[in-house]
This record gives sequence, C-alpha cells and structure tokens, in this order.
Amino acid sequence: MQGSTVDPAQAALNYHAEAVATGHEEHPDHRIFGIIVFLAAESMIFLGLFMAYLTFRAVYPTWPPEGTPERELLLPGINTLILISSSFVIHQADTAVKKDNVGGLRKWFAITALMGAVFLAGQLYEYHNLEFGLKTNLYASTFYVLTGFHGLHVFFGLCLILGVLWRSRIKGHYSSQHHFGVEAAELYWHFVDVVWIVLFILLYLL
Amino acid sequence: MTQAEALSETRSSHDHHPGPQRKWQDYFTFNTDHKVIGIQYLVLSFIFFGIGGIMADLIRTELKTPATDFVSPEMYNQLLTLHGTIMIFLWIIPAGSGLANYLIPLMIGARDMAFPKMNALAFWMLPPAGILLALSILFDAPQAGWTSYPPLSIMTGKVGEGIWIFSLLVLGTSSILGAINFFTTILLMRVPSMPLTAMPLFCWSMLATSALILIGTPVLAGALILLAFDLLAGTAFFNPTGGGDPIVYQHMFWFYSHPAVYIMILPLFGVISEIIPVHSRKPIFGYLAIAYSSLAISFLGLIVWAHHMFTSGTPAWLRMFFMITTMVIAVPTGIKVFSWLATMWGGKIALNSAMLFAMGFVGEFVIGGISGVMVASVPFDIHVHDTYFVVAHLHYVLFGGSVFGIFAAIYHWFPKMTGRMVNEPLGIVHFILTLIGMNLTFMPMHALGLQGMNRRIALYDPQFQPLNELCTIGSYILAVSALPFLVNMIWSWIKGREAGDNPWNALTLEWQTSSPPAIENFETLPVLRWGPYDYGVERIPEDIEPPLTSPELQPESSALS
Repeated sequence: MQGSTVDPAQAALNYHAEAVATGHEEHPDHRIFGIIVFLAAESMIFLGLFMAYLTFRAVYPTWPPEGTPERELLLPGINTLILISSSFVIHQADTAVKKDNVGGLRKWFAITALMGAVFLAGQLYEYHNLEFGLKTNLYASTFYVLTGFHGLHVFFGLCLILGVLWRSRIKGHYSSQHHFGVEAAELYWHFVDVVWIVLFILLYLL
Repeated sequence: MTQAEALSETRSSHDHHPGPQRKWQDYFTFNTDHKVIGIQYLVLSFIFFGIGGIMADLIRTELKTPATDFVSPEMYNQLLTLHGTIMIFLWIIPAGSGLANYLIPLMIGARDMAFPKMNALAFWMLPPAGILLALSILFDAPQAGWTSYPPLSIMTGKVGEGIWIFSLLVLGTSSILGAINFFTTILLMRVPSMPLTAMPLFCWSMLATSALILIGTPVLAGALILLAFDLLAGTAFFNPTGGGDPIVYQHMFWFYSHPAVYIMILPLFGVISEIIPVHSRKPIFGYLAIAYSSLAISFLGLIVWAHHMFTSGTPAWLRMFFMITTMVIAVPTGIKVFSWLATMWGGKIALNSAMLFAMGFVGEFVIGGISGVMVASVPFDIHVHDTYFVVAHLHYVLFGGSVFGIFAAIYHWFPKMTGRMVNEPLGIVHFILTLIGMNLTFMPMHALGLQGMNRRIALYDPQFQPLNELCTIGSYILAVSALPFLVNMIWSWIKGREAGDNPWNALTLEWQTSSPPAIENFETLPVLRWGPYDYGVERIPEDIEPPLTSPELQPESSALS
C-alpha cells in the first residue's frame, strides 16, 4: 500500500486535458448540486421528526390516544390533490423556460403559486375547524408541529416561486441557458410535495 | 527532472506578489475569501477555547474540595453546561471548519470554495450565537448539561434553556451550510489532474465529516424544535407527565451527538495524516486504507448512537447491536493508528512542535480509544455510566485527540497562513506543558470513576479529595500552557522569521503557492506531478518504473527495504 497514488499515464492524460481546458476562466456552476445536498440535509429533519412520530405511535397503547376527535378526510384529501398536481404544473414551467418561452414560465409559475396559496389557506382553514388544539394530547401536538413545519416549507417555497416571478419581469433574466432560479424553485417545490405525501400517509391514513 | 528540481522550479515562479494584498480590516468584515474565513473561524474558535477553558478551571477550582465553597451549585451547573456546549460547538467544530475552509481549496487547487457567500454567511452566524450563549452566564444560563435531557431541561429555567436551544439551532445551521460547501468543493472543484484517489487525506476526512454533518445535524434540529415546543408552548413531547417520552429525545439527540464525536475527530485524523508523512519524510503508509477508513468511520458512526443509552431502559437485543457496532469502529480507527505508526517507522522524524503534537495526538488518542472500547461493553458501561470514567474517556478523545490535533495543525500550517515561522522552543515548551497538564488532569479521573465518583455534581465524598486535587493542579498547568502558545502566535505573526513558500518541503498543493497565498490562491492552476505523499520517491511522470512497493524505491531505513 505504501507509495505513490498518482498513476503516471493518467496524470499525463489529465495534464493534456487541462492544457486544453485552460484559457477560459469561467466559474463552474455547482449551485444545483448544492441545492440537492441542501435538500438531502433538509429531508433529514423531516426523517427525524417522522421517526419520533412513529416511536410515539409505537409506544402508545392506542393511537391516536383515547378521546382524540375524528379527523375529517375530505379537505386534506383535496389539499393533497392540489399540492401533488402543482408539482406537474411547475414542471411545465421548467419545460417552457428550456424552450426560451418566458411567457409560459410566468404562466405556469403563477398557477403553481396560486395552488400553493390555496393549499396553505386550506391548511389554515383546517386548523381553525379542528376540535383539538396544540396541547390536547401527544397526537395533537405532533399533528400541529409536523403539518406546521411542513406548512412553513410550503410558505418558503411559495416565496421562492414569487421571487422567480418577480425577477422574470426583467427581459432576458431567464433563458434556456440561464434558469438556475427556476430549477431551484422547482426542485424545492417537488421536495415539499414529496414530504407532504409521506406526512399525509403518516398523519391521516395510518 | 527530480522532485527537488521540480519543487524549486515551482518556487521560483512566484517570487513576487502581484495583485491586491489582504488588509487587516478584511478579517473583520463579511469577506468571501476562503482563507480569510478560515482564519476568522480559527481565531474565533480559539477565543471560545479560552472562555471554555476559564470555565473549566473554575469547575476544577470548585472541585478541589468536597464542599461547595467556591461557586454555588446552580452556578456550577451553569458552568459545566456552558463549558461543554462552548467547547464542542464553538471551539472544536468551528476550528475544524476553519482548517477545512483554509486548506481544502488550496489542497485541491481551487481558487475558492464552491459557494463563497454562503461560506461567509455560515461563519457570521457563529459570533452572535456564541456571544449570546457565553453572556447568558451573567443573567440565567442553561443548567441541564450539554446533553440537555428532558425533563430536567424543561424544569431548570425557561430563559437559559431557550438561549441554549436558539444558539444551538443557529450553530447547527451554520455547520450544515459549511458542510454543503465542503462536500461540493471536494467533489466538484479539484484540479482536473487530481482524481479522488490522489487527493490529500485531509480532504477525504472532510468528505466523511461533511457527510456526517449533513445527515446528523438536521436530526438534532428536529429534536431541538420539539424541545423548544415543550419548553415554551407547553406541549409534552418529552414530558412524561403529559404522556410524552423523554427517551425519544435521547435517541434524536444522540443520533446527532454521537456522530458529532466523529465530526470533531475526523478532521484532525486528516490533519495528522498530512503532518506525519511531511515531518517523517516518508510516503504515507496505506493511503487507500486511511481514506476508506474515514468513510467507514463515518458510516459506522451513524449506527452506534444508543450506546449512550445503555442505562435508559434500552432493550437487551438493541444493546447488543449497539455494543457490537461500537466495538467495530475500533477497526477502521486502528487501521489509521497503525498506518501512522508505520509511516513514522524508520522515517527521518523532525521533532518540531507540529510533529510533537501529532505524535502526542496518536498516543493520547489511543488511550481514549481503548477506554472507548471499554465503555462500549454493556456491563462495564452500566458500572461506570455517569461517573468520572466517562469524563476521562471523552477528554482523552477530545483533548488528547482533537485539541492536540488542532495545535499540530496550527504549528504545521502557521508558516502558510502568515508567511512566518513559529518559535520552536516556545512551541516545544507549550507541548510539554500541555502533555503533562492533560495527563495530570484526566488520568486520575479514570480511577475516580471506577471508585464511583459521579460526574456533574459540585459536592462529593471526601474520600475522593486527593485525586481531585491532582486533577485541579493539572488543569492549572493546562491554563499556564496557554501562555507560551499565545505569546508564540502573536510574536511569530508579527516578527517571526520569514518562512518562504514551502518551509517543510511538503508535496501537497497548498505548499506550491506563495505564503500567505495570493488572493485567488494560484497564479496558474497547478498540475499534479506527484502524489501528495511521494516523499523520497524520486521519479519523472513519463518514466516506466518498477512497482512502487519494490525495495529499491524505499528509503534506506524503510521497513520494506
């Protein structure tokens, strides 16, 4: 194992490749990779909270604990449909901007933003009409903290989408070559969507 | 062309320093240069090391006598909580980030980190959180220990605990942002001639560390959010009186905080792997073994957390699992230790401050590692749980390991960071005092723990007094040992001998540029012409050669010759 780790032949090849590559000094764009790493870390928060929820659930003799009021499934179901379909809508924006169609980008982003806002409004409406509060019991606490934490992420995603919309009014800001903001907002939105699917299954269906 | 000729050629190519130079003001502003940020991290972390060290000496002064005659028990709890939290989150972790920030781009031939602004943002989250936490001692500091177990933590004062949670959330976020940067930079920004397997070992260890940060820290954030709800909103996630389960907190906390041990030690494993070959003038022994063992430690580190919870009612089958995984970690760690020893074996060892601290690291860390395997075994752990044996173990790992490693790194890279040499006699005095003080402080704690002295309590049984006095004397020696270091750093930074670009004749890329490096690191991006540790391996890349393990290529004194 002792000795050099540089393979001379490979080093010579790399030397050649580098000689060809030098001459333009542009900074490579690693931002999408960075966003993916960030979202991976972010998903660990949710994973931690999900595991805590599952442990509470496993330890309790009955779940939800005795006396928890019945939950309505209609409104959250509609909300879920809205959020899942918004992921398909936002993808249309991505397709549009890759064809240099900024008008299409604006249209699809606006629709996604609207759907996100409807989701948040529906969430608030549900909070308002639930028969249990934050401190009713352990189920109620986990319910509010998990959905609230997710709602915060939806709100942040909404802000990203509105930010992209705001910037897209500058002519030439987004094009088929430059659309990091669009892709980042879209990735984030998909992430929020996937988290919700897991959350919905855990909190409402199981 | 021999290696020596090639080295002197790179040296002569940048005698002058063109372009703008760093001003001292840059170090106090939101600067995006990774070298400035690295120094900012290091200086800030050393300031908190001082603060945490003063707290440690206050704790030791209190423990000199069995009675609580120096500080009140509440103050004692606050001191030990802040000491632990500051040393972990504001000293060792930021010091590792500082070294990584300074060294990674230089080592892989990049001009900066992947996301310079986010990098600066990550640093500037530390001072507010740290100052808030340190100042909380003036009004109402947290008292529940650095682990902050509920229900104790939700019963000992909302203000202090709230500050603790808030600071940790900020520090954790900073740590995650830093890790995204390290991860992306190491994977995507190496010079084209550098494959992963020709990367300096420090970069490998930082790759493993950032993976741990990215996986572990968010889970701690989740636990802290739930704890904050318990504390401030009156929920009962972790409060048994409201139907909650405190064990869930312990699981979430240790899912981060055990990997945090590796977050604190892995960067220094990397540092030692850099320093030992340079000052032994020999190729590193087992490059790939050391590189992959970092990844193995990182993976295993994620599946051992419940060994902190052997006395928390963990079921027997789970204890067995965690006992075995914990002991398995000794294997990759042992691989590293053996590789370092084999690298030193027969080398021309230069006994300067950097190398002394590196050798001290290996010795002290092995003691901590062995007591680590001891406490990994369930029956022994149940016996010594919550005693000074655990305190001794963790200080051998974190002081004898991490702190020695950070000092070694400072002595080794000081010429690169400042362009000036350190004063060797002062450095050696510092090393000797640290070594004596450290062993005197923490070695008696093993005995105290085995005799049953509980940790985290200001009062103790008078039979433990003689050993406690020894510990206290040791801690004063450690306090004194900081003086030669401080004098050395300040004096050498201003008046030290000019170092030149490569005072150690090292082969990694950070030494192939000027000292201190120019603002964008390299005038022209470097090309690898040798491996990072090819000491004494004279060759030209175009040559066809016998395999490198053959005896004629080994230095005279090598074990293989």
